[in-house]
Amino acid sequence: MTVVLKNVSYSYTNEKRQKNLVISHLNMEIKNGEFISIIGRSGTGKSTILRLMTGLLQPDEGEIQIDQKDISLGDVGYMPQKDLLLPWRTILDNIMIASEIQQDVHMTKEEASIWLQRVGLSGYEHVLPKQLSGGMRQRAAFLRALLTGKDVLLLDEPFGALDALTKKEMQSWLLSMWQDLNKTIVFITHDLEEAIFLSDRILLLHPDHRIEEISVPLSRPRKPEMLLFEEAVTLRQKLEKKIANETT
Amino acid sequence: MPMKPLKKFFQTYRLFLLFFIIVLAIVEWLVRADIIPSFIIPTPTGVIQMIIHNWRPLLIEHLSATMLEFIIGFSLAVISGVLLAICMFFSKTIEKMVYPAVVISQMVPIIALSPIFVLWFGYTIWSKVAVTILICFFPIVVGTYDGLKSCDQEYIELLRSMGANRFQIFQKLHIPMALPSFFSGFKMSIVFALVGATIGEWLGASKGLGYYSRRMSGNLNAEGVFAAITILTIVGILLFALASWIEKRTTNKWNNSN
Repeated sequence: MTVVLKNVSYSYTNEKRQKNLVISHLNMEIKNGEFISIIGRSGTGKSTILRLMTGLLQPDEGEIQIDQKDISLGDVGYMPQKDLLLPWRTILDNIMIASEIQQDVHMTKEEASIWLQRVGLSGYEHVLPKQLSGGMRQRAAFLRALLTGKDVLLLDEPFGALDALTKKEMQSWLLSMWQDLNKTIVFITHDLEEAIFLSDRILLLHPDHRIEEISVPLSRPRKPEMLLFEEAVTLRQKLEKKIANETT
Repeated sequence: MPMKPLKKFFQTYRLFLLFFIIVLAIVEWLVRADIIPSFIIPTPTGVIQMIIHNWRPLLIEHLSATMLEFIIGFSLAVISGVLLAICMFFSKTIEKMVYPAVVISQMVPIIALSPIFVLWFGYTIWSKVAVTILICFFPIVVGTYDGLKSCDQEYIELLRSMGANRFQIFQKLHIPMALPSFFSGFKMSIVFALVGATIGEWLGASKGLGYYSRRMSGNLNAEGVFAAITILTIVGILLFALASWIEKRTTNKWNNSN
């Protein structure tokens, strides 16, 4: 599963019918099993890239392909910023929703329960989302995206609303899941440390629509203490400098 | 265990019950002491006696007639109201055409319309059913339509990203999300419908509690009027409780606002 974005441009039309360019001539190739983070100031089009990759938005120019086929709705697993668990459905029914919608996804309740166990939510099958903590809801939402069965997962700032401690736990948890499952992940974050800790490559979006690509010089498997390595600290300072000098 | 809900009921409503009993006692005293004549307000005990002595005609003949009108009118209003709301939801054209008409139907004084119903349907049950539908249709349509529209765009996009079609989104998102708003309308309507059936009977009927209370009023029999009102009130409360119970069964698990 290779995802290719060729010369993709997108602008949105506001209420005054003015066109605002968000993405300009983006070229990117994401290899199978890669973990890519997208960072950048607000308004640089991070979420837009993800929504283009789901097929929710159509690019004005260029094309987005998975394995040489144009992308369409239902081709990737998508996890938006909010967990968006349906409040009237139990956790089990929430994670089953993809298999209800897509004909090519078949999953029994037993299989879904095993997955819940795997993400540490066993015993919560028949509980409503409001009874779960933030971290647990986020894990359920991730599982829902995962159980769409797609090889590419797009995660839009999934841990943005969590407290620092839970966030750290969730990052390690996400890495372990990713290593076991051989998925390709595109991950949006505001948190530079998070981006460095998780990814193979970081895409830095600039307000002037330039896109910079930075490789993370840390080996796998990652450990939290690696963030204190010299190369990680240097990279972090470099990224901070790049972002700090910009205004939107 | 059966004691528990009853106990809770008394705990919740004890102040209201106390107030209610005090008011009844004062009325009883006022009438018995001849401060208020009994053809203006009857004694509460007199009303109860009236119901006990006339339970057969009151409950079997008149209440059942009113309930039949209520059931037919309310069911038709719910079915047609929900269908219309769904049509408006799916078609902007229908919405633009029909929604103002639905609103205007509420502005028309129903009593003024009723002679037309009598003209169309005569003194059959259908003239009362028509009044019932007209009076309780509006909350159902508006409640359902607003509920269907209230769905969060983010949820819709999430399901679309999974490849859901319009029907699946309607079934899995819009319907469950519309339920709380639908039930607000449903609960209002169920009470209105009973009022509608009663008003319908004023216009011309040969049985029913509305007809009965009007006839008693003509006879200056205040006890009879209040007996009919008491029964209608109790039935109204029971119907509302039933609607709340159905609502609880379907949405209260997750909807905090109830």
